[in-house]
Amino acid sequence: MSALPRASELGLIACTVCGLVCRNVPGDARLDGDGVGDDMACPRCGTTLHRRKPNSYVRTWALLIAAFILYIPANVLPIMRTASLNDVDDNTIISGVVELWRAGSPNLAVIVFTASIVVPVLKFLALGTLLVSSQQGSGWARVQRAKLYRLVELIGYWSMLDVFVVALLTALVRFSVLSLVEPLPGVIFFGLTVVLTMLASMSFDPRLIWDGKDTDD
Amino acid sequence: MGMSSPEALLICEHCDTVYRRRTLTRGDVARCARCEAELERHHALSVNAMLALILTAMIVFVQANMWPIVTLGLSGQQSSTTLWGMILAMWREQAQVVSVLVAATLFFFPLLKMLLLGWLLWFARAGRRAPGFVRLMVILHYLGPWTMSEVFVLGALVAIVKAHTYFDVTPDPGIYAYAALTLLITIFAGVDLRRLWDDVPEGAA
Repeated sequence: MSALPRASELGLIACTVCGLVCRNVPGDARLDGDGVGDDMACPRCGTTLHRRKPNSYVRTWALLIAAFILYIPANVLPIMRTASLNDVDDNTIISGVVELWRAGSPNLAVIVFTASIVVPVLKFLALGTLLVSSQQGSGWARVQRAKLYRLVELIGYWSMLDVFVVALLTALVRFSVLSLVEPLPGVIFFGLTVVLTMLASMSFDPRLIWDGKDTDD
Repeated sequence: MGMSSPEALLICEHCDTVYRRRTLTRGDVARCARCEAELERHHALSVNAMLALILTAMIVFVQANMWPIVTLGLSGQQSSTTLWGMILAMWREQAQVVSVLVAATLFFFPLLKMLLLGWLLWFARAGRRAPGFVRLMVILHYLGPWTMSEVFVLGALVAIVKAHTYFDVTPDPGIYAYAALTLLITIFAGVDLRRLWDDVPEGAA
């Protein structure tokens, strides 16, 4: 046993909802995240206890892939139509950023670019990396990978930014004849992408990063 | 094994390392030695202070939702909207999915979160567990990441700048209320609500 004992080695389980440390029968419970043999409920809050989130790899992969598939129409399709007397303009996420850069404020353009493009792409790459490296039981850069996961969780929901922008502009700009703003299907795909990536990062279990075969002292 | 009771132990949620709990003093943050995640931090806010903050947040939330957020002007015509104006506009414009997302993350979830916290803290003040304590604490845990009021403030700012090219834009009180709400949320973000499990012992009800 290493200097820092792990709960799974001591036959302890921490409840994911209320944090209570519970003693469980030590022995054959498996570490691969499929939750086999864990059917104890937390005595304090009643949540089913798992050593690792159940089916963490399969669920996270499924949600991540689904999110990625939706991310394509989210970027290709326009998210917003602005129409005035003389022209109709369909904006995609990227063209919105470019327009904001040229006509509005470059600072905000950078913020929108970060929230709508950098954050989702970073989430795909980061979660993909975490899944592959953990499934291989890799001991590579564990502390950094653990930090990467916490970063993904922290910034995830900021991607909703552009969805709120479209919603607010739609409600505001309704000078019927002169101009109007309409949401287009891209924004629906984008909103769903954000929700799915959030669900994906929630279903990944960071403890799997440390479950590799080699010891880590 | 059997060296100490499980209550004296603390398990890192991010890497499963077991620690013996120690008493934290003001400003202390306990970090995991293996993965550097935060284990626990000292809470400076008392239950009373938290309740006061929640009541403030509720008042600000009502204002943020009743007052218009921004007004646009174009050749004498004016147009403004509240949060619910946004939700209804998205619904009418065939973006029902977005409408539901906005309603949930900016209205229903934050409202539910504040009501639950207010209810739990009100009883915790008297050292008691509120009726439905266990179930409500579990709901509160899952509600966590789905409230996005702070993201909306930034979104409103972007919308104002975007509309500025074509319209006269005036920020309305609603947006200031949202900014204040964001500040309150930020203060609350540092509080681990799970402390209520320990602060209000079972059987006290």
